[in-house]
Amino acid sequence: MAEVLVYVDHVDGAVRKPTLELLTLARRIGEPVAVALGNGAGDTAAALAEHGAVKVLTHEAAEYADYLVVPKVDALQAAHEAVSPAAVLVPSSAEGKEIAARLALRLGSGIITDAVDLEAGDEGPVATQSVFAASFTTKSRVSKGTPVITVKPNSAAVEAAPAAGAVEALSVTFSAQATGTKVTGRTPRESTGRPELTEAAIVVSGGRGVNGAENFAIIEALADSLGAAVGASRAAVDAGWYPHTNQVGQTGKSVSPQLYIANGISGAIQHRAGMQTSKTIVAINKDAEAPIFDLVDYGVVGDLFDVVPALTEEIKTRKG
Amino acid sequence: MSLRIVVTVKYVPDATGDRHFADDLTVDRDDVDGLLSELDEYAVEQALQISENSDDDVEITVLTVGPEDAKDALRKALSMGADKAIHVEDDDIHGTDAIGTSLVLAKAIEKAGYDLVISGMASTDGTMGVVPALLAERLGVPQVTLLSEVSVEDGTVKGRRDGDAASENLEASLPAVVSVTDQSGEARYPSFKGIMAAKKKPVESWDLSDLDIDAEEVGLEGAYTTVDGAAERPARTAGTIVKDEGEGGKQLAEFLAGQKFI
Repeated sequence: MAEVLVYVDHVDGAVRKPTLELLTLARRIGEPVAVALGNGAGDTAAALAEHGAVKVLTHEAAEYADYLVVPKVDALQAAHEAVSPAAVLVPSSAEGKEIAARLALRLGSGIITDAVDLEAGDEGPVATQSVFAASFTTKSRVSKGTPVITVKPNSAAVEAAPAAGAVEALSVTFSAQATGTKVTGRTPRESTGRPELTEAAIVVSGGRGVNGAENFAIIEALADSLGAAVGASRAAVDAGWYPHTNQVGQTGKSVSPQLYIANGISGAIQHRAGMQTSKTIVAINKDAEAPIFDLVDYGVVGDLFDVVPALTEEIKTRKG
Repeated sequence: MSLRIVVTVKYVPDATGDRHFADDLTVDRDDVDGLLSELDEYAVEQALQISENSDDDVEITVLTVGPEDAKDALRKALSMGADKAIHVEDDDIHGTDAIGTSLVLAKAIEKAGYDLVISGMASTDGTMGVVPALLAERLGVPQVTLLSEVSVEDGTVKGRRDGDAASENLEASLPAVVSVTDQSGEARYPSFKGIMAAKKKPVESWDLSDLDIDAEEVGLEGAYTTVDGAAERPARTAGTIVKDEGEGGKQLAEFLAGQKFI
């Protein structure tokens, strides 16, 4: 059976959920061979084996943290030479897309980004993408070289599928370009204790209607009652009420949770682009004419300062 | 010292228009008004700011690949303050994917001459966000991408990249490829004077033969990816909408409980 390379996104050995989702998709095409790089790479093996990796290629070097993107491209290229895979799958993070693009160019391959589904096909893997602010879905495939495909978070379920997960050291020679862009400083984000926005099952977002940074406390309280991540519209971010890292929309994160709750968000096309593929959509807005109501499964026309706290209270009561 | 900046820009269909696909599954550009991709305005803005903050003699060239109408995007960038423009136009380019587009841009950038390339973070139509990385790979220069802050001093470009897990400070020697996000600073509006001046600024037109690119390397034929189908997403079925009469929160909780979210 053909092997499929899966690039592992991990933090000091803790594998992030989108990578486990990639393993689910990789198993549809072939046998997953994971590539884990940098500090803690070896510690990823157990989780990867549990979810179907037959092999885990690892390489630890300071370059992965000290320089931008290119060292990882060099390593993935080395893995490609070692394995000759049927496809290379990479999580669709900002960095993941850059790594995948440069790898594709080196391999003389085509690249598909932001797939939301992946199936085996007669002429190679077929990727489903959601385009034009999620108003269309397309089916595409790579027609030249080894398909390089990046996949969005929440595109597949994480499935237990125990496999050998044999750890092998990957031999990597860094290219001349590897040390071109130096990372001179790194400030880790402070943990909020909430789920990662793109990976969360439930996202609670606030927009212009929240009307002030201090008022985001009621959005956060609702999110915490549901174990949800907090998002914000561009209007709220531009006003300085909430960090840009939480922005949902065209120039922020694209999310596809089981449940999306939009509070005081009108639903401009740029926002819809980032949340329209959510399974269930709920909105609370004062304006009955707000375009967000065209998308909802359930909408409440009302003042979010009345409805949101009442909802939070009711959820707490029901959860006991 | 002189600093040659090339800003890559894209002419895109208006995102608020009714975008759809043409019969050959390329983006239909006929029925929707086009404009300079909003995210590229940030790239033009940062080029202008680098120029304004520099003691060097800075020349800003805006570069686009696209059909005749794409000149509108160049004109907008010129009216914001760029010095000159290059328009790569060729019928054989129709249907070119990201890999092919990066080839055309890289050849044009090399022909134009550059110390710094600045791109937006992504186009607002294709939204892949991979062209800056592809340009760096093709040109063999450092990639300093997705910056929310950028500065150039003494042949070094520095910037801040706000990632998911951390905020990183980056540094590279010129020549380099930079991309900037929408957090890098609001783009200026062209002034009346700028609009008038732009009419007199030079716009060069190049085709594939000027760049020594064969037609087979680009276009739908040269594409590395194939779109097999495109379907409009079915409209979401109309949901239940209630007016809050004091019970809105409870009613919503009831719905969420029914959907097993509580």
